[in-house]
Amino acid sequence: MENSIWIATLAAAITAGTPILYAALGEILAERAGVLNLGVEGMMLVGAVTGFMVAARTGSPWLGFLTALLAAGVMAALFAFLTITLRANQVVTGLALTIFGTGLSGFLGKPYIGIPLPLSFKPVAVPVLSGIPVIGPVLFNHDPLVYLTYFLVPLLWYFLYHTRPGLNLRATGENPAAADALGVNVFALRYLYVIIGGMLAGAGGAFLSLAYAPSWLENMTAGRGWIAVALVIFAVWDPVKALLGSYLFGGVDALSYTLQAATKIAIPSFFLKMLPYILTLVVLIVATRQTVVKHIGAPGALSVPYDREER
Amino acid sequence: MAKTSFITWEKRLEPSRALAVVVPVAAVIMALGVAAVFLAATGYRPLQVYQDMLAGVVGSKYGLSETVVKAIPLMLAGLGVSVAFRMLLWNIGAEGQFYMGAFGASWVALTFPHLPAYIMLPAMFLAGVAMGGLWAVLPALPRAKWGVNEVITTLMLNYVAILWVDYLVYGPWKDPKGFNFPLTAPFSEAATLPTIGGTRIHLGLIFALVAAVLLAVVLWRTRWGYEIRVIGESPRAARYAGIKIEKNIILVMLLSGALAGLAGMSEVAGITHRLQHGISPGYGYTAIIIAWLAKLHPAAIVLVSFLFSALIVGGYSVQTAGVPAATVSMLQGAILFFVLGGEIFTRYRLRLRSKEVR
Repeated sequence: MENSIWIATLAAAITAGTPILYAALGEILAERAGVLNLGVEGMMLVGAVTGFMVAARTGSPWLGFLTALLAAGVMAALFAFLTITLRANQVVTGLALTIFGTGLSGFLGKPYIGIPLPLSFKPVAVPVLSGIPVIGPVLFNHDPLVYLTYFLVPLLWYFLYHTRPGLNLRATGENPAAADALGVNVFALRYLYVIIGGMLAGAGGAFLSLAYAPSWLENMTAGRGWIAVALVIFAVWDPVKALLGSYLFGGVDALSYTLQAATKIAIPSFFLKMLPYILTLVVLIVATRQTVVKHIGAPGALSVPYDREER
Repeated sequence: MAKTSFITWEKRLEPSRALAVVVPVAAVIMALGVAAVFLAATGYRPLQVYQDMLAGVVGSKYGLSETVVKAIPLMLAGLGVSVAFRMLLWNIGAEGQFYMGAFGASWVALTFPHLPAYIMLPAMFLAGVAMGGLWAVLPALPRAKWGVNEVITTLMLNYVAILWVDYLVYGPWKDPKGFNFPLTAPFSEAATLPTIGGTRIHLGLIFALVAAVLLAVVLWRTRWGYEIRVIGESPRAARYAGIKIEKNIILVMLLSGALAGLAGMSEVAGITHRLQHGISPGYGYTAIIIAWLAKLHPAAIVLVSFLFSALIVGGYSVQTAGVPAATVSMLQGAILFFVLGGEIFTRYRLRLRSKEVR
């Protein structure tokens, strides 16, 4: 097979992995603070639709992107209020957020189905770097939202493991009572990271509707939000591993098209579409077994509401 | 520690019974209010929309019977997810289990078209229940053995099941006489569930009501039901008491999936008489909301299913006026939000404190 096909597939893997990466990074922050937000899929959809609506009306994809962050952030704030202040069950509240977000995005997006975007995010070749053979076309010929994740991942990694606020964040999820005793405001931090996490999910959604497939389609996330949640476990709550995992999923997505085109085997498209979901299952089982064997696992207080009086 | 908060939550010794009823009712009303804001903001007249929805449900014999028809799969799937939820097993896969149940029943009907009804219908029943149950056991095994998160595994299998049915109805099972529509050939006469009084209301209603009664009996009158309730309230206590949690995870998921599978079977045998694309408009997800709103109580699930069914039927009736179909799922999500937010008031009392410093 020609080299160029593989280079194109690898580049496509990064593009296809990016929306999952945004959402997974967001979920890592929320879960590190001890809050399991299963509303990722719903927040992504709302981000995708609001981003598209604003970009379609103003002609500015960046304005759309910012709107998506804002809208998904508001949804995350609602989730935070219900689970942190009102102590509602995190699993069910997350499901409610997804169901509501799916409905809301379908409702808002109805007039926008089939409308083309006047201006979407387009690939920009990075000077010099994009000239490197293989690496250049694979890594440095993408749209700005992909480049943004190149900065975001190391930034979050450094923040989590090498800064004081990062330590406070991890303590909040690991042992909120101890963090509280040391003067960390557990409630405020949980709100903060759930909201930032939601904004990142919104960014993932906006990437879909503004860059990946510049259009609005009902349920266009197609389970990517859930794949992102599964990926967080696979990545053991680490941003760098989340990047690798996202590209793995993107790769499966891209490979299914390449295989069909290159080998000319008529695999029914329905089976190719199943691949990411089946891969998620397999990866989740393998990852969970690993965390059990190596005694590394979820943040200690994940999905447990914090109650000062019950310390 | 002189941090004063003016609002504090004080735990109630007994959850408030009155509020357990008031909260869901208030939640529905407030959700209608929120949806009204969105409707008004996008140029619809909310009161008119709600009035038309209501008219679509109670205004005709057809609307009323459709409400019963749509309540059947909601009840079965709702009972199914509720039994898992009781054990804090988050079976979010009722949608996929519904599709697999419909697939199993359709396989029987299409493969043995000449069976007489008294063999055909029981065989379809068994196939539907078995496929739904199997689809739930698949994620139950890794959950029981290694603690693999069942929320995600059951959800992923929804996508797989829907794609599998799509593959069949667009591919090998497509009706050659179906004008290229994604559906199978119609089942034989024998594969049709009997209906009541010239309406589309079918025997599945009896399945659902019997299932509700049986589930209540199992939960409150058998040792197994007792075990399920103990595990749900305190897994640690259950383990000390010698209850086998792993075994119960698999059994409860099997039952949970079997009920959703039965919903799929009764839908193909009672309503569509063939397998087709998009056979469920999200019954499996609505079932989750119903189960939670009904506080996982079988009798309440039956009642709440009618309410949500009316919501769906009402939603259909206003679609012709241009109101998006997604309005209904938005409304459902909002109802669940308000129930979840309101639940704290049944467990806690809100106290406004004056400036006392501890």
